[in-house]
Amino acid sequence: MSMHEGIVPEEHEAGTYDIVSAVRNYLIGFVLAAALTVGSFWVASSTGLVYQPGIPMALAAFAIAQMGVHLAFFLHITTGPDNINNVLALAFGVLIVGIVIVGSLWIMYHLNANMGVPGELMDLHMQP
Amino acid sequence: MMGKLTLSAIPYNIPIVMGAVAGMIIAAVTVLGLVTYFRLWGYLWKNWLTSVDHKKIGVMYIILALVMLLRGFADALMMRSQQALASNGGAGYLPPEHFDQVFTAHGVIMIFFMAMPFIVGLMNFVVPLQLGARDVAFPYINNMAFWLTVVGALLINISLAIGNFARTGWLAYPPLSELHYSPGVGVDYYLWALQIAGVGTLMGGVNFITTILKMRAPGMTMMKMPIFCWTALCANILIVASFPILTATLGMLALDRYLGMHFFTNSGGGNPMMYINLIWTWGHPEVYILILPCFGVFSEVIATFSRKPLFGYKSMVYATACITVLAFVVWLHHFFTMGSGANVNAFFGIATMVIAIPTGAKIFNWLFTMFRGQVEFSVPVLWTIGFMVTFTIGGMTGVLMAVPPADFVLHNSLFLIAHFHNVIIGGVVFGCMAGMNYWFPKAFGFKLDERLGKASFWCWIVGFYIAFMPLYALGMMGMTRRMDRVDNPVWHVYLIVAAGGALIIAAGIGLQILQIVYSIWKRVELRDLTGDPWNARTLEWATSSPPADYNFARTPDGSSIDAYWEAKRKGTAHPNPAASYRPIHMPSNTGTGIIVSGFAMAMGFALVWHIWWLAVASFAAIPVLIINHSFNENRSFYVPGDVVARTEAAASR
Repeated sequence: MSMHEGIVPEEHEAGTYDIVSAVRNYLIGFVLAAALTVGSFWVASSTGLVYQPGIPMALAAFAIAQMGVHLAFFLHITTGPDNINNVLALAFGVLIVGIVIVGSLWIMYHLNANMGVPGELMDLHMQP
Repeated sequence: MMGKLTLSAIPYNIPIVMGAVAGMIIAAVTVLGLVTYFRLWGYLWKNWLTSVDHKKIGVMYIILALVMLLRGFADALMMRSQQALASNGGAGYLPPEHFDQVFTAHGVIMIFFMAMPFIVGLMNFVVPLQLGARDVAFPYINNMAFWLTVVGALLINISLAIGNFARTGWLAYPPLSELHYSPGVGVDYYLWALQIAGVGTLMGGVNFITTILKMRAPGMTMMKMPIFCWTALCANILIVASFPILTATLGMLALDRYLGMHFFTNSGGGNPMMYINLIWTWGHPEVYILILPCFGVFSEVIATFSRKPLFGYKSMVYATACITVLAFVVWLHHFFTMGSGANVNAFFGIATMVIAIPTGAKIFNWLFTMFRGQVEFSVPVLWTIGFMVTFTIGGMTGVLMAVPPADFVLHNSLFLIAHFHNVIIGGVVFGCMAGMNYWFPKAFGFKLDERLGKASFWCWIVGFYIAFMPLYALGMMGMTRRMDRVDNPVWHVYLIVAAGGALIIAAGIGLQILQIVYSIWKRVELRDLTGDPWNARTLEWATSSPPADYNFARTPDGSSIDAYWEAKRKGTAHPNPAASYRPIHMPSNTGTGIIVSGFAMAMGFALVWHIWWLAVASFAAIPVLIINHSFNENRSFYVPGDVVARTEAAASR
């Protein structure tokens, strides 16, 4: 071990850090993220470009793409050999997010199971 | 200018509250006065408040936890005495709106500001030492995380004197917690205290995962880490996975309350049940965040005092990992009665019962560690055995409630209250006490007094059973939770007994304070000069007590489970201290954490009282300070080799 044992990992060794390509990467990420944000507002503002009931799906697609952009350009998750921990963390994160979303949908769609009222009547009752 | 804040916000007409406030002010003035009188401000600021040393931050976390234990326990005594007085026709001494604040504050304080800081404090102190590291991965973030937790605790205590606290129960279920039903500032105090403290907890989680994955001593592969580090890793993974859910959920409730949105309202298309669903996707992992590190403590204690390696190290690791994942598939068991029907309830009920399997495996591992060992009945071992008995009972009542039809009868009854106190006191509190008694000599260089520690243990465990077994019976008889008065004379005697139990626990807490004070007084007799008072097994005992700032003069070798035990066996544990040392690279202290937290405090208070200019100004100041700190080039220094040599020579004299 060198004299740098116990060094805080946030500090990179000087010289190994290519500032130009880093800035370029961040700029690409920024442009993509901004485009996806503007895109979602554009789709949602009912321009008629997207089939009306398909808007939520389009928004979900934009949101997932947005996550991907953030992970790749800002959080630097790649599939390189030194990234096993990152990829494992990502896999765990996807697992947990999947469990929470699927579980919540499953739970929330069955909330009226004990109500003893036919489905359509209950839907009517639940109108805002 | 001052938002909703006026002088009438101070509840000067309620003598109980004013008495408590006066007590707090007197205590604060006494402490601050003593610090000023002994001219300790400079010392405190330089050596403690701005310290990035994980050991000092750990100690500060535990001091915070002990202080908040007193506050939370005072609430518990008030509830027990109120229910004892108001169950035989009397009205007691707490009006309903005050009683509701008391049980809410009790829950919030005990979970977020007693149990969490205690666990995080133990992890802070122990994990880097067990890994053979010099500090955590991000020492400055560690300091800031601590102070953000303090801000949360302070906001809750301020709510006692200025305004009031939430009357909603510790999870602030809507629609009760919405503006329509809780128009006051109580829920806002709750929201901002937890949001600010939650940011600190999340930062701590990231910090510890990085530390454990990246800063282990040479030779220490994952499967050679001390078991406490494994449990800490899993707990912090749970923190990072679950606390964002809490932040988002409370954030949506805040949007409902502040911007008139309708996420969880009854009207406008909101659905309060979504809040209950989301808060428990955080809430269930949260209880494992608390208990897993305690399992780690018990594993270290029982192996050390049985003079045997831990039985089934690998099964312990796999059981911990299993619990980590299973923690995320059981949350519905907190609301079986919400109406999702038999299919959903059956899935989550069975998943809940499955958790008993890895937990049971752990219990057997501890039992087999003791089997044919030379068990020494020291204070940490008493807490551990008390845990094994108490937690098993609590676990069995939990499996009982995991059966949905049974839960429909027991939901929100005192049976539930008895169950979760059975696992949280029997598991988390006992674990924290075991850990404090076990690692105290490492932190301060002298042991805690044995006799007082044992007396405290017996008061706690006897008091626990007397306080909570009647609640199981009351729950079976149909008494629900959170009642400020009841009129069933049959329940009266049970509530009297429970109040008596609470008083015995109070004696236990008193004895604990006495134990600490007496041990400080007798510190010369209790001094430990070896650095290894228990003849222990893991690397934290390989250095002096208290350890030098840099923990280890030489990076230790971690290439076996129980690395220090192995080194003692081979005779390589204490190399010649006269040899020369390399300079050691250490992080510098910084005041940024505490100053940022001061602004976070102003922001939280301003948001509660709608003092918008202050909220905006303090919110803007925080990123400025953090960015300013990132330009600080003076963030680390080297301890020269001859200074290390002198320190080591002094420590080994």
